[in-house]
Amino acid sequence: MMTAPIRAGTWWAIARTVVCGLIVVYLIAPMVIVLIISFSAAPFLTFPPPGFSLQWYRKLFGDAAWLDALITSVQIMLPTGTIAIVLGTAAAFGIARGRFPGASIVSSFLMAPVVVPVIITAAAMFGIFRGFGLYGTLAGLILAHTVLTIPYVVTTVLASLHMVDEQLENAALTLGATPWAAFWRIVFPLILPAILSGFLFAVIISFDELIVSIFISSPTLRPVTVKMWSDIRGDVDPTISAIGTVLFLFSLIVLFAESLLRGRWREGASDLASIEASTP
Amino acid sequence: MTGPILELRNVSKSYGPVTAVSELSLELAKGEFLSLLGPSGSGKTTTLMMISGLLQPTTGDILLEGRPITPLPPYKRNIGVVFQNYALFPHLTLAKNIAFPLTMRKAGRSEIASRVRKVLELVGLANHGGRYPRQLSGGQQQRVALARAMVFEPPILLMDEPLGALDKKLREQMQLEIKRLHRELDMSIIYVTHDQEEALVMSDRIAVFNLGRLQQVGTPTQLYERPATRFVAEFIGESNMFPAVAGTTANGFSILDTAGVRLRAVAAWPLQAGARVVVSIRPERIALQPGDAPSGIENAIAGRITEVVYLGRSRKYVIRTDAGQEIVSFQQARSGSEPDFELGAAVSMSWRAEDANVLPAD
Repeated sequence: MMTAPIRAGTWWAIARTVVCGLIVVYLIAPMVIVLIISFSAAPFLTFPPPGFSLQWYRKLFGDAAWLDALITSVQIMLPTGTIAIVLGTAAAFGIARGRFPGASIVSSFLMAPVVVPVIITAAAMFGIFRGFGLYGTLAGLILAHTVLTIPYVVTTVLASLHMVDEQLENAALTLGATPWAAFWRIVFPLILPAILSGFLFAVIISFDELIVSIFISSPTLRPVTVKMWSDIRGDVDPTISAIGTVLFLFSLIVLFAESLLRGRWREGASDLASIEASTP
Repeated sequence: MTGPILELRNVSKSYGPVTAVSELSLELAKGEFLSLLGPSGSGKTTTLMMISGLLQPTTGDILLEGRPITPLPPYKRNIGVVFQNYALFPHLTLAKNIAFPLTMRKAGRSEIASRVRKVLELVGLANHGGRYPRQLSGGQQQRVALARAMVFEPPILLMDEPLGALDKKLREQMQLEIKRLHRELDMSIIYVTHDQEEALVMSDRIAVFNLGRLQQVGTPTQLYERPATRFVAEFIGESNMFPAVAGTTANGFSILDTAGVRLRAVAAWPLQAGARVVVSIRPERIALQPGDAPSGIENAIAGRITEVVYLGRSRKYVIRTDAGQEIVSFQQARSGSEPDFELGAAVSMSWRAEDANVLPAD
């Protein structure tokens, strides 16, 4: 009598583990294969590799073209992240606290780059940036990436702002703080983890971005993703998997950092929540 | 200074067609504890927010120590506010929370330290300066909010239902504590509450609000003994209301007629003969006698007991008059005694003319 439900439960547990396992393998296997091939001793993309070698990493970091592309990517991603958090935080604050007509229209405009197919954004930017002489420039790439990453900053910061009681700002004002001081001393520290988290998102998205970059970059100024793209179409050797591994590790580290931050601002939020809870 | 420390002159606040506060004129004397009392949505919190500067009045003027402050933003008003949910800064320690207004005023480091220490002692949290708000109980958070709002010695302190979140026992304890601070520091306080008992316990004067209008301002005794409107008579304590028609007025007393019975009551304004009014009388001021009321006696109405409720300190009787009106009367319960009046017994109710008030029928 007692064993039947337990057995049914066990079956479910097994089925769940198997399905989840398959999904994880499906998601991770390609990355693992790329990682393994990057250490291949063979001159071609073959799997499994015949032996272990660091030759592709040596080639990658010894090749001025790859290094240039990596440096370009970093030169794009850091300013992009910085500009995106400044503009994104200001926008989020305006949307959350501002009482002006059309606030929802403004926020949907800000979200547009996420919704509109990237190829359309890319083509539009290509057309406009050429007219302004931004095509093939670092400034152009930074601007384009900033537009693409702002929505992520706005969403993250907005979520955090909604958890900061507006009454705190009012209290600060009555205690003698100007609106500016109230923001810097009270709101900013409370949403800082979310802002940093937005920065990391922006940086990852910029570093991984391909489509818009293809349109805006020129043969002399290419971020690493664009160089990968053009190399894949020509001669392919395992250098591509070495750079792929580098990108993958970078994203992994940043995501890890982000999840730590998220933990912190959730914690901060639960502090606020517990104050709320004690004052029903 | 002899004038009021705070003065509101014809202050109104409307949101489009909705009027939250209309034509409010109010004064606060130095060292006075004034409560704004009313149900939710009566305009008391809106009034407080206009004084603090967080809301701008639509029309009217607010004067602090004789100077108009209406155009000033909150951070230039120098008014302390204790918020309903305390609004403590969660990322700052208690000491930093309390130091905040001093930092904003660019006070020196040593002055800040000594003032924070002093005010923490005052609210009984001397050794808690290094803690964070989340590590405190509701009552302690309340004290910190109070300390933070008074550390910069503002000329007036505003409190928006500061005890609303606390349980009854803690609430009563904090009421006494706030009263003590008010007395010791000679603060001028405006205190918003919807709890009439709290307002009666704490206030020098109470301003009663309803539907955005000031109904009456007065000492707790004045409000209880001489309510000016039906709303005040019913919101503060309980009242029996007799619809009546005014007759003659002499020596401050009016002769009125309710369902054929002659009443004498205090009228605060000259009554036109034939005017429709209401006479209010507190349940504990009604005396009961067995039997029918002798005819021709003033302020005496006959009826039958329809309900008897034992309340410990007193008994509540509900009496139905011959005219069909239900009247409530409280009688002191004597020790060990059975009720003086049985259900269904014929009784006569009477009261002193000075305990009855004439109110507009509105």
